Amino acid sequence: MTCAIHSGNDNPLTLLQIDNLKTFFHSRRGLAKAVDGVSLQVDEGEVVGIVGESGCGKSVLALSILKLLPMPPAFFEDGRILFMGQDLLASSREALMGIRGNRISMIFQEPMTALNPVFTVGNQLAEVFRVHRGLERTEALRKAVDMLARVGVPAPERRVKEYPYQLSGGMRQRVMIAMALACRPALLLADEPTTALDVSIQAQILELMMELKAELNTAILLITHDLGVVAEATRRVAVMYTGRIMEEALTVDLFDRPLHPYTRGLMASIPRADAGFESGSLNEIKGGVPSVAALPAGCHFEPRCPEAMDICRTRPPRLETVDDGHRVACWRVGHA
Amino acid sequence: MPELLEVRRLVKHFPVRRGLLGRRSAKVHAVDDVSFSLAENETLGLVGESGCGKSTTGFSILRLIEPTGGEVRFQGENILTLAPEPLRRLRRKMQIVFQDPFGSLNPRMTVERVVEEPLLNHEALSGAARRARVKETLEMVGLLPEHLTRFPHEFSGGQRQRVCVARALVLRPKLVVGDEPVSALDVSVRAQVLNLLVELQRRLNLSYLFISHDLAVIRYVSHRVGVMYLGQIVELADVKAIYARPLHPYTRALLSAVPVPDPRRSRQRILIKGDVPSPIDPPPGCRFHPRCPEVMPVCREQAPLTRAAEPNHLVRCHLYDHHDVWDPSFQASASDALNRSTQGGSA
Repeated sequence: MTCAIHSGNDNPLTLLQIDNLKTFFHSRRGLAKAVDGVSLQVDEGEVVGIVGESGCGKSVLALSILKLLPMPPAFFEDGRILFMGQDLLASSREALMGIRGNRISMIFQEPMTALNPVFTVGNQLAEVFRVHRGLERTEALRKAVDMLARVGVPAPERRVKEYPYQLSGGMRQRVMIAMALACRPALLLADEPTTALDVSIQAQILELMMELKAELNTAILLITHDLGVVAEATRRVAVMYTGRIMEEALTVDLFDRPLHPYTRGLMASIPRADAGFESGSLNEIKGGVPSVAALPAGCHFEPRCPEAMDICRTRPPRLETVDDGHRVACWRVGHA
Repeated sequence: MPELLEVRRLVKHFPVRRGLLGRRSAKVHAVDDVSFSLAENETLGLVGESGCGKSTTGFSILRLIEPTGGEVRFQGENILTLAPEPLRRLRRKMQIVFQDPFGSLNPRMTVERVVEEPLLNHEALSGAARRARVKETLEMVGLLPEHLTRFPHEFSGGQRQRVCVARALVLRPKLVVGDEPVSALDVSVRAQVLNLLVELQRRLNLSYLFISHDLAVIRYVSHRVGVMYLGQIVELADVKAIYARPLHPYTRALLSAVPVPDPRRSRQRILIKGDVPSPIDPPPGCRFHPRCPEVMPVCREQAPLTRAAEPNHLVRCHLYDHHDVWDPSFQASASDALNRSTQGGSA
């Protein structure tokens, strides 16, 4: 139902187009609608943020794109994901193998668990070149050293011989980025890439990602819970809540004029390092995020919403465009 | 404000065995010469990156781990030399809230049992009085009477952290150490718990030692802030001063590295290179010198002393060598002198 909102795939710059994606899980407590009708578009070289709290479905969305979910219990109820015109959900395993790590790659929050502890860094990095580029062992290893140098790992000749446990968190994340960008992918899915890192290292990694993006023209889908990271790194952002996009806009517009009560509540509830709180206390969003197995019938945010109306309890609002590129799913906005 | 807690030259080294057969021994300098004081009704924020020793400092103060050296005075009494029984009696006045509300609650105990356990250990109350206190405390943290019979798994992260806060407050302590108490919570729930902690402080006259890696959270809750790096406090000042005029190059870099939720703000980011060095072999001289953008020759050789760049703004950096050295025992001896003179006056 939301497909018509996009100008569509006739736009030559569109790299990734997700239409009405529904990724559900069978669980003991019933059907969990982890991603429930998400439509989103990423243009070439664009950095799009997905922001939301735990359980909002942002990671499942990213994993859906590469079909990296265990099926069952996961299944796609509906929707399609077009990547450079190719429908990923309908693609064969072999076709996806050619895309994963090659045209689309992914980095995760925890670089320790994402790297194989029993192989050297160089071995794992060289594998990318051997599998996707068909390079010889020595040539692949030489490339691995180059790549490590590119992502700012000091003494890369020595580091390729080391194991992941010998590296710090920041260095491991650099190795992950090196692996992800080895084949110059068109799209990078970054799932909380800096969350496990210290502030000073987070700044280094964000800087590195932006540098490489500019150099390789890689589009990035940046998944985070941190509005600060969104503000610094993204051009456009979608706010997710319990499987649905609540609001989407250019990042500047979203911060200038947040329209959804959830977005507004979220922004007012974060303490800031750049401003004092001499006046009063933080805004609270009452209650907690509902479980995906027991969601409200209408708007998912209704039980916590300070502006809820009768209609919000019974009917979910559609994501509607209010002005150029600013979309909101709220009965108070745009439905009048 | 009278000082509730005074920490002087606190040191905690952990021995580690290295080398073949563990024959070479080395020390992790987790906390190295940390001094600060905490007044009644005050919140001191300890902020720093992982491995800076902020949690070790918090644990040492409660003697949950035994410090290697230094002094920790709670209401004037050095708790590091206390015998087990007096220490146990003092502990009811000093409580802690941990980061992980999932790991720090016994899954087999109901909320009532979790919250009443400290009372059973420390206070001889009748059953009725105990239940009344538990109920009252739960109400204070925003939980309902029907929650008493529930188990931790029935609660969300935010509610669980409320249970942990109730457990800490049921003894009506003077000091609460919060070790990253909101770091595991979602953004929308974090504000609830932060507001609760601030409100409870006012209501119960609490002092907080609030440990966090999050500079925004620290700014919100703290009256004073200590920035730690590799086991040492490198800067300690009033919250307004430290955020408005950070003096130490590390503090400046740290503040400039925090992503700010404002896409229109363009700013000069001070990128600090490299990683935090190992606390096993901290760099000679100033511990920050290998990463410092303003490093000078002296920094490589001499460890800087803590100096008062302004009366209440302490900094451990050679850039401020023209200021007076701050002696952590100074405040105490000054107030002792004051006490003596008033006593002398009244006699």
